[in-house]
Amino acid sequence: MKKSSLLAVLVCGVLFGLGLSLASMVKPEVVIDFLLFRDLGLLLVLGTAVLVTLLAYQLGPKILKKPVLESRYGNYVSALDIRTLLGAGIFGLGWGICGVCPGPAIAGLGVGNWPLLYTLAGIAAGAYIQGKWVAPR
Amino acid sequence: MTEFFPQGYASYVIGGLLIGSAISLLYLLTGLIGGMSTVFTSTWSYFSQAPYFSEVRFRSSRVWRLVYALGLILGGLVYLSMSRETFVTEISPWRLLLGGVLMGFGARLSNGCTAGHGICGLASLRVSSLLAVIIFLATAIAVAHLMQSLGIH
Repeated sequence: MKKSSLLAVLVCGVLFGLGLSLASMVKPEVVIDFLLFRDLGLLLVLGTAVLVTLLAYQLGPKILKKPVLESRYGNYVSALDIRTLLGAGIFGLGWGICGVCPGPAIAGLGVGNWPLLYTLAGIAAGAYIQGKWVAPR
Repeated sequence: MTEFFPQGYASYVIGGLLIGSAISLLYLLTGLIGGMSTVFTSTWSYFSQAPYFSEVRFRSSRVWRLVYALGLILGGLVYLSMSRETFVTEISPWRLLLGGVLMGFGARLSNGCTAGHGICGLASLRVSSLLAVIIFLATAIAVAHLMQSLGIH
Protein backbone atom coordinates (compact mmCIF):
# COMPACT_ATOMS: atom_id res chain seq x y z
CA MET A 1 0.00 0.00 0.00
CA LYS A 2 1.17 3.53 -0.82
CA LYS A 3 2.64 5.70 1.92
CA SER A 4 -0.05 8.32 1.31
CA SER A 5 -2.75 5.68 1.86
CA LEU A 6 -1.15 4.54 5.10
CA LEU A 7 -1.03 8.15 6.27
CA ALA A 8 -4.74 8.48 5.43
CA VAL A 9 -5.42 5.28 7.41
CA LEU A 10 -3.54 6.73 10.39
CA VAL A 11 -5.44 10.04 10.27
CA CYS A 12 -8.79 8.23 10.00
CA GLY A 13 -7.77 6.04 12.95
CA VAL A 14 -7.01 9.15 15.00
CA LEU A 15 -10.45 10.62 14.16
CA PHE A 16 -12.07 7.31 15.03
CA GLY A 17 -10.25 7.09 18.37
CA LEU A 18 -11.08 10.71 19.19
CA GLY A 19 -14.76 10.08 18.38
CA LEU A 20 -14.87 6.93 20.53
CA SER A 21 -13.28 8.81 23.44
CA LEU A 22 -15.57 11.83 23.10
CA ALA A 23 -18.61 9.55 22.89
CA SER A 24 -17.55 7.88 26.20
CA MET A 25 -17.37 4.48 24.53
CA VAL A 26 -13.96 3.95 26.15
CA LYS A 27 -15.75 3.88 29.53
CA PRO A 28 -17.27 0.43 30.14
CA GLU A 29 -19.41 1.94 32.90
CA VAL A 30 -21.19 4.19 30.36
CA VAL A 31 -21.78 1.29 27.96
CA ILE A 32 -23.19 -0.86 30.78
CA ASP A 33 -25.48 2.05 31.77
CA PHE A 34 -26.74 1.97 28.18
CA LEU A 35 -27.31 -1.79 28.31
CA LEU A 36 -29.29 -1.25 31.55
CA PHE A 37 -31.33 1.54 29.85
CA ARG A 38 -30.04 4.23 32.22
CA ASP A 39 -28.39 6.32 29.49
CA LEU A 40 -29.38 5.84 25.87
CA GLY A 41 -26.49 7.93 24.52
CA LEU A 42 -24.97 4.96 22.69
CA LEU A 43 -27.99 4.96 20.37
CA LEU A 44 -27.09 8.50 19.33
CA VAL A 45 -23.48 7.46 18.73
CA LEU A 46 -24.45 4.48 16.60
CA GLY A 47 -27.23 6.36 14.79
CA THR A 48 -25.14 9.34 13.76
CA ALA A 49 -22.13 7.18 12.83
CA VAL A 50 -24.29 4.91 10.64
CA LEU A 51 -26.02 7.86 9.00
CA VAL A 52 -22.75 9.53 7.95
CA THR A 53 -21.23 6.22 6.78
CA LEU A 54 -24.41 5.30 4.89
CA LEU A 55 -24.10 8.51 2.88
CA ALA A 56 -20.43 7.86 2.12
CA TYR A 57 -20.88 4.18 1.20
CA GLN A 58 -23.98 4.72 -0.94
CA LEU A 59 -23.22 8.08 -2.59
CA GLY A 60 -19.40 8.06 -2.58
CA PRO A 61 -18.95 5.63 -5.50
CA LYS A 62 -21.55 7.56 -7.52
CA ILE A 63 -19.66 10.82 -7.12
CA LEU A 64 -16.06 9.55 -7.14
CA LYS A 65 -15.48 6.71 -9.62
CA LYS A 66 -12.60 5.45 -7.49
CA PRO A 67 -11.20 6.32 -4.08
CA VAL A 68 -8.89 9.33 -4.05
CA LEU A 69 -5.70 7.37 -3.31
CA GLU A 70 -6.41 3.82 -4.47
CA SER A 71 -7.90 2.11 -7.51
CA ARG A 72 -11.07 0.51 -6.16
CA TYR A 73 -13.65 0.47 -3.39
CA GLY A 74 -13.85 -2.48 -1.01
CA ASN A 75 -17.00 -4.35 -0.07
CA TYR A 76 -18.22 -5.31 3.37
CA VAL A 77 -18.24 -9.11 3.32
CA SER A 78 -20.95 -10.66 5.45
CA ALA A 79 -22.77 -13.93 4.89
CA LEU A 80 -26.24 -14.69 6.18
CA ASP A 81 -25.36 -17.97 7.88
CA ILE A 82 -25.14 -19.67 11.25
CA ARG A 83 -21.56 -18.51 11.89
CA THR A 84 -22.52 -14.87 11.55
CA LEU A 85 -25.54 -15.17 13.83
CA LEU A 86 -23.98 -17.49 16.43
CA GLY A 87 -20.83 -15.36 16.49
CA ALA A 88 -22.95 -12.24 17.06
CA GLY A 89 -24.60 -13.95 20.05
CA ILE A 90 -21.23 -14.88 21.58
CA PHE A 91 -19.94 -11.38 20.86
CA GLY A 92 -22.96 -9.87 22.65
CA LEU A 93 -22.37 -12.14 25.63
CA GLY A 94 -18.81 -10.88 25.93
CA TRP A 95 -19.80 -7.26 25.33
CA GLY A 96 -22.42 -7.43 28.09
CA ILE A 97 -19.89 -8.92 30.51
CA CYS A 98 -17.10 -6.37 29.97
CA GLY A 99 -18.80 -3.27 28.54
CA VAL A 100 -16.28 -2.36 25.84
CA CYS A 101 -16.18 -3.45 22.24
CA PRO A 102 -12.94 -3.97 20.25
CA GLY A 103 -12.49 -0.40 18.92
CA PRO A 104 -12.95 1.34 22.28
CA ALA A 105 -10.74 -1.28 23.95
CA ILE A 106 -7.92 -0.07 21.69
CA ALA A 107 -8.71 3.66 21.85
CA GLY A 108 -9.17 3.46 25.64
CA LEU A 109 -5.43 2.85 26.06
CA GLY A 110 -4.88 6.37 24.75
CA VAL A 111 -6.98 7.92 27.50
CA GLY A 112 -5.05 5.94 30.09
CA ASN A 113 -7.66 3.27 30.75
CA TRP A 114 -4.98 0.62 31.23
CA PRO A 115 -7.19 -2.22 32.59
CA LEU A 116 -8.52 -2.51 29.03
CA LEU A 117 -5.27 -4.40 28.37
CA TYR A 118 -7.08 -7.38 29.95
CA THR A 119 -9.80 -7.02 27.32
CA LEU A 120 -7.30 -6.64 24.48
CA ALA A 121 -5.45 -9.77 25.62
CA GLY A 122 -8.80 -11.56 25.80
CA ILE A 123 -9.86 -10.47 22.31
CA ALA A 124 -6.51 -11.56 20.87
CA ALA A 125 -6.87 -14.95 22.59
CA GLY A 126 -10.46 -15.36 21.39
CA ALA A 127 -9.48 -14.46 17.82
CA TYR A 128 -6.63 -16.99 18.02
CA ILE A 129 -8.93 -19.78 19.22
CA GLN A 130 -11.35 -18.98 16.40
CA GLY A 131 -8.69 -18.81 13.70
CA LYS A 132 -6.67 -21.81 14.86
CA TRP A 133 -9.44 -24.30 15.63
CA VAL A 134 -12.83 -23.13 14.42
CA ALA A 135 -12.20 -21.35 11.12
CA PRO A 136 -13.57 -23.01 7.98
CA ARG A 137 -10.98 -25.03 6.08
CA MET B 1 -36.41 12.88 27.53
CA THR B 2 -33.53 14.10 29.69
CA GLU B 3 -34.08 11.15 32.03
CA PHE B 4 -32.79 8.89 29.25
CA PHE B 5 -29.79 11.14 28.58
CA PRO B 6 -28.39 12.08 32.02
CA GLN B 7 -25.09 13.15 30.39
CA GLY B 8 -26.79 15.21 27.68
CA TYR B 9 -26.71 14.63 23.94
CA ALA B 10 -23.79 16.68 22.65
CA SER B 11 -20.79 14.44 23.33
CA TYR B 12 -22.64 11.41 21.96
CA VAL B 13 -23.74 13.13 18.76
CA ILE B 14 -20.36 14.78 18.11
CA GLY B 15 -18.54 11.54 18.93
CA GLY B 16 -20.80 9.57 16.60
CA LEU B 17 -20.34 12.12 13.80
CA LEU B 18 -16.55 11.86 14.22
CA ILE B 19 -16.65 8.06 14.15
CA GLY B 20 -18.85 8.11 11.02
CA SER B 21 -16.59 10.71 9.37
CA ALA B 22 -13.51 8.61 10.11
CA ILE B 23 -14.97 5.47 8.52
CA SER B 24 -16.37 7.50 5.61
CA LEU B 25 -13.11 9.30 4.95
CA LEU B 26 -11.21 6.01 5.07
CA TYR B 27 -13.56 4.64 2.40
CA LEU B 28 -13.49 7.70 0.14
CA LEU B 29 -9.71 8.09 0.35
CA THR B 30 -8.56 4.46 0.22
CA GLY B 31 -11.63 2.29 -0.49
CA LEU B 32 -10.99 0.36 2.74
CA ILE B 33 -13.77 -0.89 5.02
CA GLY B 34 -12.89 0.27 8.51
CA GLY B 35 -14.12 -2.43 10.89
CA MET B 36 -12.09 -2.98 14.04
CA SER B 37 -12.06 -6.69 14.84
CA THR B 38 -10.17 -8.13 11.86
CA VAL B 39 -6.90 -6.65 13.18
CA PHE B 40 -7.05 -9.22 15.99
CA THR B 41 -6.91 -12.00 13.38
CA SER B 42 -4.63 -10.39 10.79
CA THR B 43 -1.95 -9.59 13.39
CA TRP B 44 -1.69 -13.30 14.25
CA SER B 45 -0.41 -13.84 10.69
CA TYR B 46 2.91 -12.37 11.89
CA PHE B 47 3.27 -15.10 14.51
CA SER B 48 1.34 -18.17 13.38
CA GLN B 49 1.62 -20.39 10.32
CA ALA B 50 -1.92 -21.73 10.79
CA PRO B 51 -3.69 -21.85 7.40
CA TYR B 52 -6.48 -19.44 8.37
CA PHE B 53 -4.14 -16.67 9.53
CA SER B 54 -2.08 -17.10 6.34
CA GLU B 55 -5.02 -16.25 4.06
CA VAL B 56 -4.28 -13.41 1.65
CA ARG B 57 -7.08 -11.20 3.02
CA PHE B 58 -5.32 -11.14 6.40
CA ARG B 59 -1.70 -11.01 5.22
CA SER B 60 -2.43 -8.27 2.72
CA SER B 61 -4.30 -6.09 5.20
CA ARG B 62 -2.27 -6.64 8.35
CA VAL B 63 -0.12 -3.53 7.97
CA TRP B 64 -2.86 -0.98 7.46
CA ARG B 65 -5.01 -2.58 10.17
CA LEU B 66 -2.21 -2.15 12.70
CA VAL B 67 -1.68 1.46 11.56
CA TYR B 68 -5.42 2.03 11.96
CA ALA B 69 -5.28 0.59 15.50
CA LEU B 70 -2.29 2.79 16.31
CA GLY B 71 -4.37 5.75 15.10
CA LEU B 72 -7.13 4.81 17.54
CA ILE B 73 -4.70 4.92 20.47
CA LEU B 74 -3.36 8.28 19.25
CA GLY B 75 -6.95 9.55 18.97
CA GLY B 76 -7.47 8.60 22.61
CA LEU B 77 -4.27 10.48 23.46
CA VAL B 78 -5.50 13.57 21.59
CA TYR B 79 -8.67 13.45 23.67
CA LEU B 80 -6.62 13.03 26.85
CA SER B 81 -4.49 16.05 25.95
CA MET B 82 -7.64 18.17 25.53
CA SER B 83 -9.61 16.88 28.53
CA ARG B 84 -6.57 16.37 30.79
CA GLU B 85 -8.55 13.74 32.61
CA THR B 86 -7.57 10.08 32.58
CA PHE B 87 -10.24 7.48 33.08
CA VAL B 88 -9.57 4.11 34.66
CA THR B 89 -12.42 1.61 34.73
CA GLU B 90 -13.48 -0.09 37.94
CA ILE B 91 -14.92 -3.14 36.20
CA SER B 92 -13.16 -6.21 37.61
CA PRO B 93 -10.29 -7.73 35.62
CA TRP B 94 -12.00 -11.12 35.27
CA ARG B 95 -14.96 -9.45 33.55
CA LEU B 96 -12.69 -7.47 31.22
CA LEU B 97 -10.71 -10.58 30.32
CA LEU B 98 -13.61 -13.04 29.97
CA GLY B 99 -15.64 -10.50 28.01
CA GLY B 100 -12.65 -9.97 25.75
CA VAL B 101 -12.18 -13.68 25.00
CA LEU B 102 -15.86 -14.11 24.12
CA MET B 103 -15.88 -10.93 22.02
CA GLY B 104 -12.73 -11.90 20.15
CA PHE B 105 -14.06 -15.38 19.40
CA GLY B 106 -17.58 -14.20 18.56
CA ALA B 107 -16.60 -11.21 16.43
CA ARG B 108 -14.21 -13.27 14.33
CA LEU B 109 -16.71 -16.12 13.95
CA SER B 110 -19.33 -13.57 12.93
CA ASN B 111 -16.83 -11.58 10.83
CA GLY B 112 -17.76 -8.30 12.47
CA CYS B 113 -18.11 -6.36 15.70
CA THR B 114 -19.95 -3.19 16.69
CA ALA B 115 -17.93 -1.21 14.16
CA GLY B 116 -17.95 -3.89 11.44
CA HIS B 117 -21.57 -5.06 11.51
CA GLY B 118 -22.90 -2.08 13.44
CA ILE B 119 -21.54 0.70 11.24
CA CYS B 120 -19.92 -0.68 8.06
CA GLY B 121 -22.43 -3.52 7.61
CA LEU B 122 -25.51 -1.40 8.26
CA ALA B 123 -24.16 1.35 5.99
CA SER B 124 -23.66 -1.35 3.32
CA LEU B 125 -27.33 -2.35 3.78
CA ARG B 126 -26.42 -5.94 4.67
CA VAL B 127 -29.34 -7.94 6.10
CA SER B 128 -26.91 -10.30 7.86
CA SER B 129 -25.34 -7.33 9.65
CA LEU B 130 -28.74 -6.00 10.73
CA LEU B 131 -29.54 -9.42 12.22
CA ALA B 132 -26.10 -9.59 13.86
CA VAL B 133 -26.62 -6.14 15.43
CA ILE B 134 -30.05 -7.11 16.77
CA ILE B 135 -28.64 -10.36 18.19
CA PHE B 136 -25.58 -8.84 19.87
CA LEU B 137 -27.52 -5.90 21.29
CA ALA B 138 -30.25 -8.18 22.67
CA THR B 139 -27.68 -10.59 24.14
CA ALA B 140 -25.59 -7.83 25.72
CA ILE B 141 -28.70 -6.18 27.20
CA ALA B 142 -29.86 -9.52 28.65
CA VAL B 143 -26.42 -10.28 30.12
CA ALA B 144 -26.07 -6.82 31.66
CA HIS B 145 -29.49 -7.10 33.31
CA LEU B 146 -28.75 -10.63 34.52
CA MET B 147 -25.43 -9.57 36.07
CA GLN B 148 -27.13 -6.57 37.66
CA SER B 149 -29.89 -8.71 39.20
CA LEU B 150 -27.32 -11.21 40.50
CA GLY B 151 -25.35 -8.35 42.03
CA ILE B 152 -22.13 -9.18 40.13
CA HIS B 153 -19.59 -6.36 39.94
